[in-house]
Amino acid sequence: MSHRLPAPARARLSYARLQQRFAPYVFVSPFFLLFLVFGLFPLLFSLFLAFHLWSPLDGLGNWKFVGFENFALALDRQDQFWTTLKNTVWIGLLAGVPQHLVALPLAFLIHQSLRRYQSTLSTVLFLPYITNAVAIAIVFATLYSERLGLLNYVRGLVGLDPVRWLGDPGMVPYSVAAVVFWRYLGWNVVLYLSGLQAISEDVYEAATVDGAGKWQQFWYITLPLLRPMMFYAFTLTIVGNMQLFEEPFMLLNDGGGSGGAGLTTAMHIFNTAFRDLDMGYASAMSWLLFLAIFALSMVNNVLFSRGGER
Amino acid sequence: MTSTPVRAAPAVARPKRPLRGWRRLPLWLLMGLVCFVSVVPFYLMFVWASQPSAEVFAFPPHLWFGSAFDDNLRGLLQVTDGKALRHFWNSLYLALVATATTLFFCSLAGYAFAMYNFRGQRALFAFILATMLIPPLVMDIPSFLVMNNVLGWVGEPRALWVPGMANAFGIFLMRQYIASALPRELIEAARIDGATEFGIYRRVVLPLIRPILATLGVVTFVGAWNNFKGALIMKLSEPDTMTLPLSLRRLGGGATNANVDWGAIMMLVVITVIPLVIVFLFASRQVISGLTSGAVKD
Repeated sequence: MSHRLPAPARARLSYARLQQRFAPYVFVSPFFLLFLVFGLFPLLFSLFLAFHLWSPLDGLGNWKFVGFENFALALDRQDQFWTTLKNTVWIGLLAGVPQHLVALPLAFLIHQSLRRYQSTLSTVLFLPYITNAVAIAIVFATLYSERLGLLNYVRGLVGLDPVRWLGDPGMVPYSVAAVVFWRYLGWNVVLYLSGLQAISEDVYEAATVDGAGKWQQFWYITLPLLRPMMFYAFTLTIVGNMQLFEEPFMLLNDGGGSGGAGLTTAMHIFNTAFRDLDMGYASAMSWLLFLAIFALSMVNNVLFSRGGER
Repeated sequence: MTSTPVRAAPAVARPKRPLRGWRRLPLWLLMGLVCFVSVVPFYLMFVWASQPSAEVFAFPPHLWFGSAFDDNLRGLLQVTDGKALRHFWNSLYLALVATATTLFFCSLAGYAFAMYNFRGQRALFAFILATMLIPPLVMDIPSFLVMNNVLGWVGEPRALWVPGMANAFGIFLMRQYIASALPRELIEAARIDGATEFGIYRRVVLPLIRPILATLGVVTFVGAWNNFKGALIMKLSEPDTMTLPLSLRRLGGGATNANVDWGAIMMLVVITVIPLVIVFLFASRQVISGLTSGAVKD
């Protein structure tokens, strides 16, 4: 068929076909090129470093193989790594559990009764999520100020003693968690709202006809049908809270405040790598943290899939 | 069936018929409280930015605006050696370049995955999605080393925006949208008209995916503007390369009791937050629906 076309058209046609065939590869190639340089290579390098003793000041090539020593050091119960992991999980729970306990019913209420104002409410609740963590940490640090902060002022008004929000090691996890809770509540509400929207009205209609009460509808329709979204939201919370860095770093400085009660694993790894320049040890800890996140995500996964079988 | 009318169970609330009148009062109070808590830190930063430095920590605390806005602006220029505007520009530059490049590379790849059939397509896409499972934290140290010992980009803004130009989240978002919003016939028609493949992307696809470009654009802008840890690691800490988060850290980091110019710090807080709020308010509906659409589908 192509022999009937004049020569230039034939050339154009084959060129068109050629570029049509290769265009998608060209279009997706930037990701893979970037991943090679800034993803895969660093990943392997980090794994390599985890088994070595090395400071960037030593220069490339001057590393000393130490086997599993870095990992063994971190897994020693006496090591700070454990303390920071405990801090991280504790702060993560203090922020994460209430986040979902509040966000889910809140989204349900908005969806049920305030649907007309849904986008306005979402916008307002979403504002903290897009805010700069450093800026907001400074505002909260001001609120938390022991003698002159607004929080202790309000406590004083109702006759309560001032609290050392960022000074008392027992109080620090709560103070940090409150900021995290504040920042991510709206994000979870928005996630749950979109999950609720995906549930068909018909299901509720049918349940109403069958005489199911509001509470029953929530318990037997909304919650089960919201499972995929809950799984997604929980996963994001786990992954995010386990890497908590900016809020405690800004509220408490890189040491994590008095007693180091706000020193998270991400901060500890940061300090080890970029202050102490112990790259091998820091790499090993970052892989251990990765494993911890992975394990927690798996637990989350198992909990959700098991419930689904019933 | 007919013997169980709705009247027999007044507690049954159909989702289509919300509570009315005074019964909604507790609901409104609750929503009011939640919104108040969401917004009050923003309000306070504006109040404090307008108070004389000595009054930011006044006791009892100020809850209304003062008149020292311009004083604090001058104070800010002073404590930053006149570099506050420079830091603002550094953040803006970083955020704009990151946004432009991310939109370009992600939409290009998303278009390819949505509208072409090519060998290895599924595997490549699955691979891209799989990379989202790597926690960013594991990448911090090695990417610093790549920047420091291999490329020598430490201290330069490109160390922050180049690695994320084509990212998995953006490609996924684009692919989902393009696959559902663009008809393949349109692409075919353009092809018959003799458009080149890139020409189709530029003249047919790009104009039609503006909504999702807005979503990814805002998300990328906000992310780059807020990038603190990245700037810290890549040492954008010289007076001329510093971005706003580092500038804030330098001025207000853990210095609650030091004798510092708090009015100036609060002014910098406001300057850091205002662009975010403006950008977000312009596109909040688009951003929220775009972000959550990825979570619901597939």
